[in-house]
Amino acid sequence: MNRVTLFSICASAGFLLYILEMVRRRKLREEYSILWLAGSVVILVLSLKQDWLVGIAHAVGIVYPPSFLFLVGILFILLILIHFSIAISKLHQMNKKMAQEIALMKEAKRRQAVTD
Amino acid sequence: MEGTPPRILVVIPAYQEERSIGGLVRSLRERTPYDMLVVNDGSTDRTSETAREAAATVLDLPCNLGIGGAVQTGFLYARDRGYDVVVRIDGDGQHEVEDIPKVLEPILTGRADAVIGSRFLGETEYRGSIPRIFGIRFFRFLINVTTGYRVTDPTSGFFAINRRLVEFYSDHYPSDYPEVDAYILMHRLKARAVEVPVRMYERAEGKSSITAFRAVYYMVKVTLSFLINRIRRFG
Repeated sequence: MNRVTLFSICASAGFLLYILEMVRRRKLREEYSILWLAGSVVILVLSLKQDWLVGIAHAVGIVYPPSFLFLVGILFILLILIHFSIAISKLHQMNKKMAQEIALMKEAKRRQAVTD
Repeated sequence: MEGTPPRILVVIPAYQEERSIGGLVRSLRERTPYDMLVVNDGSTDRTSETAREAAATVLDLPCNLGIGGAVQTGFLYARDRGYDVVVRIDGDGQHEVEDIPKVLEPILTGRADAVIGSRFLGETEYRGSIPRIFGIRFFRFLINVTTGYRVTDPTSGFFAINRRLVEFYSDHYPSDYPEVDAYILMHRLKARAVEVPVRMYERAEGKSSITAFRAVYYMVKVTLSFLINRIRRFG
């Protein structure tokens, strides 16, 4: 086993354990961990099963197999970032609705206080 | 609505307008008969207190939502309290309160669902910078090509809408730079929109929310949002 393979296995396994631990401690919600977990599992499997990596890389026309690992990594990071943008947009919308509701409720309360 | 006069609410979004809001509220109270609502968009100055001292109803947003979010809060209030027509004017004194009846008239006579006050129809004291004039021409073109509305003042913040639009905007209103987008929304509802000439003054106090720095972002964001709204579904 060469050094780059060993490094790749250790890094992806360590990453996988770290994510699992964060979920276990409730520091990371399950729905936000799925893409991280999937990405690290895919990279871990491809690091362990080198012949799979070589096979897939050649099948898609990549001469140097480890660069297929980079590609997988980058694709997962892109997916995760898009996921974050969607999550932020949703939070933005919820935050706006709550702020509006609070303003309306404060006014209603004030009005109530005046009539009482 | 038969028999009873329509209930009209003037909505004034205000962000850091402590120097102009008091005078505006007083002149509305003295020179017009309408209910008014100041939506304080998370100001850190005395906007809210000043408006209340002038006896306005004030909604205080807990954080700054941006002009669209603030105006939408006014629509929600109008919807919940059963107003028939909402007039929206700026909190900085750029609009003339005595023009409000002109902006209301086509709605009250049932000729239009939305009336937009234009500073470019009729005589005007308003002069804009070159980038601003370019932006206005671009939006005029964009609105005309995609919706068919013939508009002279696409970014006007002085308008009146009827109950149907109030209800729709309560659910769908852009957070920032909403005026151009609103034409797509109106087009979707097949709303009848007309412009009437209004006076427009240079800002007495404070700065315009659109600085030169933000102009490019404004153009790109509004164009994108406008085109997306064209192909969006509204549930």
